[in-house]
Amino acid sequence: MNKAANGKIEIVNAGKIYDPAGIHVVAVENCSFNLEAGQFVSVVGPSGCGKSTLLNTIAGFDTITSGEILMDGELLASPEIQTPPGPDRVVVFQGGALFPWKTVSENIIYGPVIQKNMERPEAEKMAISLLNRVGLTKVETKYPSELSSGVQRRVEILRALINQPKIMMLDEPFRALDAVAKSVMHNFLLELFDENPRTMFFITHDLDEAIYLSDLVVVMTTRPAKVKKIIKIDLPRPRRLDVIKTEIYRSVKADLLSIVHEEALKAFKAGEREMA
Amino acid sequence: MTRIKNLAAAPTFYAALAGMILFFSSWYFLTETLTLPRFKNIPDPLSVVTEWSAIHPKYGVSLFTKPYYVDILYSIIRTYAAFAGAVVFGVSLGIVMGWSRILHNYTFPLVEIFRPMPPLSWIPLAVLVLPGIELPVVFVTFIAAFFATVLNTLLGVQSINRDYFLAAKCLGAKPRDILFHVVIPGSLPFIFTGLQIAMGIAWMSIVAGEIIAGQRGLGYYIYEAAALFQYEQVIMYMFTLGFLGYVSSVAIRYVGNLLMAWEEAKRKAR
Repeated sequence: MNKAANGKIEIVNAGKIYDPAGIHVVAVENCSFNLEAGQFVSVVGPSGCGKSTLLNTIAGFDTITSGEILMDGELLASPEIQTPPGPDRVVVFQGGALFPWKTVSENIIYGPVIQKNMERPEAEKMAISLLNRVGLTKVETKYPSELSSGVQRRVEILRALINQPKIMMLDEPFRALDAVAKSVMHNFLLELFDENPRTMFFITHDLDEAIYLSDLVVVMTTRPAKVKKIIKIDLPRPRRLDVIKTEIYRSVKADLLSIVHEEALKAFKAGEREMA
Repeated sequence: MTRIKNLAAAPTFYAALAGMILFFSSWYFLTETLTLPRFKNIPDPLSVVTEWSAIHPKYGVSLFTKPYYVDILYSIIRTYAAFAGAVVFGVSLGIVMGWSRILHNYTFPLVEIFRPMPPLSWIPLAVLVLPGIELPVVFVTFIAAFFATVLNTLLGVQSINRDYFLAAKCLGAKPRDILFHVVIPGSLPFIFTGLQIAMGIAWMSIVAGEIIAGQRGLGYYIYEAAALFQYEQVIMYMFTLGFLGYVSSVAIRYVGNLLMAWEEAKRKAR
């Protein structure tokens, strides 16, 4: 897992207009920001504001209708170009997408085996050592349905990481977890990240989560989504839970809260207008 | 009330036994003790069992005679041939329909028109086109099982969470990998439900086909025996069909469980 990965992402004036039945819905408009290689970037903003559109476009599931997205200086997506999904840009899905018909170990080794990067026995050994390193023992022959959702999440993250992607994208991956499981997941993710930093695109609603994990928090506006503010989180790494007691954390949180609150109010009023 | 609840929750074996005893004693009661006018000619369970297990049966066929097994064999071969065809072609078409939007649009309305056509309505055309008597009977059975399989396979493919496709693509899967690692395993639970239904339909149609166009086979002999007023034979063959259908169903479930270990794990985890 120590291949040098770049994974700088530049989003330049990206825009997305959905046109279902002739009704123009501007989901994203003139959106620009960068994810430096190896940077942990969280994107927060009101629901349905087009955060997922950006993620899906980088992943290759969707397209943008204006602007462009570059990866390591090469064009990844534009209105004309859509790079098909691949193991250099792996997504961890909101609802979890471990294959229920494969065991934990079969799930983890799926990427390397299917790409013929590794022989199956070698990959299996690696899967077990990965699992052990994160404290999951005796789960490799289990099926996902036999595991708690927290463990399923961790396995899915390992399944992504074993491919050594340039960028990992997580779409509200811990939304369904309770507070305790969530905090376990945060430290799990941070440990993996510290050990092997790579570009992370993390979508969330949870401000504490965003600050605790990220180098950069991008706040999006209500639809059409634009970048409202980019906040740099100057907390040292490796981070442990006590950073939430620091002055920096508290002031960042206060800033973020007021910005998000402002956007949420706008979204609320826009909703009222639509209703009226 | 609790007593009824306890009875309903009785161990399966005893519950099954109790159900059987209740059924057979009411049968006996209706045909022997009460002898309702319309039930007069129906043989009671004891005489059916006696005839069935006789070494020298009255009407020449029992557990100890060869013709009994020849009939069974004929019906089994026909049913399973038709069923095998339905599995191969039905599953393939169902997967292709679920896989390709275009093919789905071309074929779905046709499938929906053909599917409700009763299998027996195919007999005239089957006899007209297909040579011999075996092929038409097998074809009619095949047709019935085929559409049930197609529809369930299609539903199975459509039931697969879209994220599994995306996740597979992210991990580097090509269309072929997605077919074998997402589409097929993902639709297996529905496919096997469909196969159980298809097997049931196949047994229903084979009997009808044999009655109308067949020679030998359980359906044919039910009709023969009825014409000769040998009602013990009719009932004996009916139960034989019941057992064969039951065993077929169990076999499909067994194969399904072997292929879908994860479903078993899910049931246990609940």
